Amino acid sequence: MKALRRFLDQQSQSFEQGGRLARFKPLFEAADTFFYTPGNVTRTTAHVRDGMDLKRMMITVVIALIPCVIWGMYNTGLQANLSLDPAKAAELTGWRFDVIRVLGVGHDPGSVLANITLGALYFIPVYVVTMLVGLTWEVGFAMVRRHEVNEGFFVTGLLFPLILPPTIPLWQVAFGISWGVVIAKEMFGGTGMNFLNPALVARACLFYSFPLQITGDKVWNVVSQSHWLDGYSGATVLAKAKQLGSPIAEQGITWWDAFLGFELGSLGETSAAACLIGAVILLGTRVAAWRTVAGVVLGTVLAAELLNFVGSSTNPVFAVPFWWHMVLGGWAFGTVFMVTDPVTSTWTDRGKWIYGTLIGALIVMARVFNPAYPESVMLVILFMNVFAPLIDHYVVKANIRRRMRRSEA
Amino acid sequence: MEHYLSLLVKSVFIENVALAFFLGMCSFLACSRKVETAFGLGVAVVFVQVLTLPLNNLLLRYLLAEGALTWLHESLNWVDLTFLTFIVFISTIAATVQIVEMALDRYFPALYTSLGVFLPLIAVNCAILGGSLFMAERDYNFIESVVFGFGTGFGFLLAIVALAAIRERMAYANPPGGLRGLGITFIAVGLMSIGFMMFSGMQF
Repeated sequence: MKALRRFLDQQSQSFEQGGRLARFKPLFEAADTFFYTPGNVTRTTAHVRDGMDLKRMMITVVIALIPCVIWGMYNTGLQANLSLDPAKAAELTGWRFDVIRVLGVGHDPGSVLANITLGALYFIPVYVVTMLVGLTWEVGFAMVRRHEVNEGFFVTGLLFPLILPPTIPLWQVAFGISWGVVIAKEMFGGTGMNFLNPALVARACLFYSFPLQITGDKVWNVVSQSHWLDGYSGATVLAKAKQLGSPIAEQGITWWDAFLGFELGSLGETSAAACLIGAVILLGTRVAAWRTVAGVVLGTVLAAELLNFVGSSTNPVFAVPFWWHMVLGGWAFGTVFMVTDPVTSTWTDRGKWIYGTLIGALIVMARVFNPAYPESVMLVILFMNVFAPLIDHYVVKANIRRRMRRSEA
Repeated sequence: MEHYLSLLVKSVFIENVALAFFLGMCSFLACSRKVETAFGLGVAVVFVQVLTLPLNNLLLRYLLAEGALTWLHESLNWVDLTFLTFIVFISTIAATVQIVEMALDRYFPALYTSLGVFLPLIAVNCAILGGSLFMAERDYNFIESVVFGFGTGFGFLLAIVALAAIRERMAYANPPGGLRGLGITFIAVGLMSIGFMMFSGMQF
């Protein structure tokens, strides 16, 4: 390690102002602070310092996402292998299936290895494209605008693949992440200055640009329809409940299946259990604000109970109880990793309650009332991102008014 | 009742004048630097809409539309004054704005000065005229026009205060030189409207 430090110190001169490689300083700095805590010390009056800097915060989120990643790979493979008619396995085309044939892992849904391999062959290319394209933009902006390369992108770059369907073409991944990073984040000055979640903007951009592939109407199984077993249906649970009007109870999926994540969906969001592990990590380390999460839970429970009470004879989604809302679609993933984004959510404590509760309630409302989209979590969070600064503004104003009154009395 | 509730939700969120139709952009962008000013303008728009839409509705039905004058005399059923719609609507709006302006000047002088030229400009704000024209085109009845007027006004209010709060927060942002000021605000408005698209297609 000493040698590495010495090497970095030696190189640092050429990155300083006027040095040969001054233009690449953000890159050097990113590498340096990746290995070591920055050595800069404050020279003026004392202030509170904390080991919890941006880097550690972001890495905590990445660690919290790992269960989702692993489950996502396993489940993508599992769902594909379950639907596959074994007799037609040899007819599957595409480089991914060639790789599986070369490795000889087969398509047995009972084999963890076979499932993870197939899932990884879908997840890893998406992830690599996201990182390559996103980092190119990130580093490009950092060099031209002379700001640091921020770790924020590692989180965005991992969140984004996890909310994509496994069947997405890679060029769409590149297009989406470019839009998210450039328009939603870098145009505003980089990490911490955006007002909408970049991963969600990227996803929303794809959602509206390529509605056929990504709204959840189309089947998200990586095995194409002609190779399915007889009687297999590939729509997501929410889409079925909505379009076919079939209550969830009749779809042959149990609550535990949905909780653990044995369902079709975007790469990383099917398992509420994996998100729960992430939630424990994030809330335990206080990287995520517990008030926001509690608010979403509260809002969902209230809205779902209300709609269950009102009831409807034509719309089966009315009757979905809150514990089902919480395990279906992107609810768990959105609540744990998207709503809690410290930049785009509200910054005040009371604001976090309001913000969370409104998101929870709106998710249920939009799922029930909007026939256009089977799922609503992404759009609801974007919608509330828009109002987060306003909530903060009024919370702060109310505080000021209260304290003025107190000091007057 | 349910019908009016759904019309209200539709006019506030699904067909938000500012973020779904992009009407009234000049004052939307110009008066959204501070939440207080934006709120004042928003309330003025709500007020003007709630007054002008029902008024225009009555004028349309009893004066302008084809055969509208039959309440005067049977023989007037051939009269069709719809070609005057724009002029009449604009004059109603201008008169209402004048009333609002005088009221603000008298009771909220601070707000009156901060809104400046944009208050009289409400008279030619396309969100306001747009509201009246939508009302005419969709053939709303009197109560519907009250609900729709409040809805479009409130939708505008919601959008403009949200934008103002975002712009206050964007004081910390660091956009590229060429985008400072209005440029980044345009991008922000575009992104906001993606958020509002959550409601598109919603039905009650």
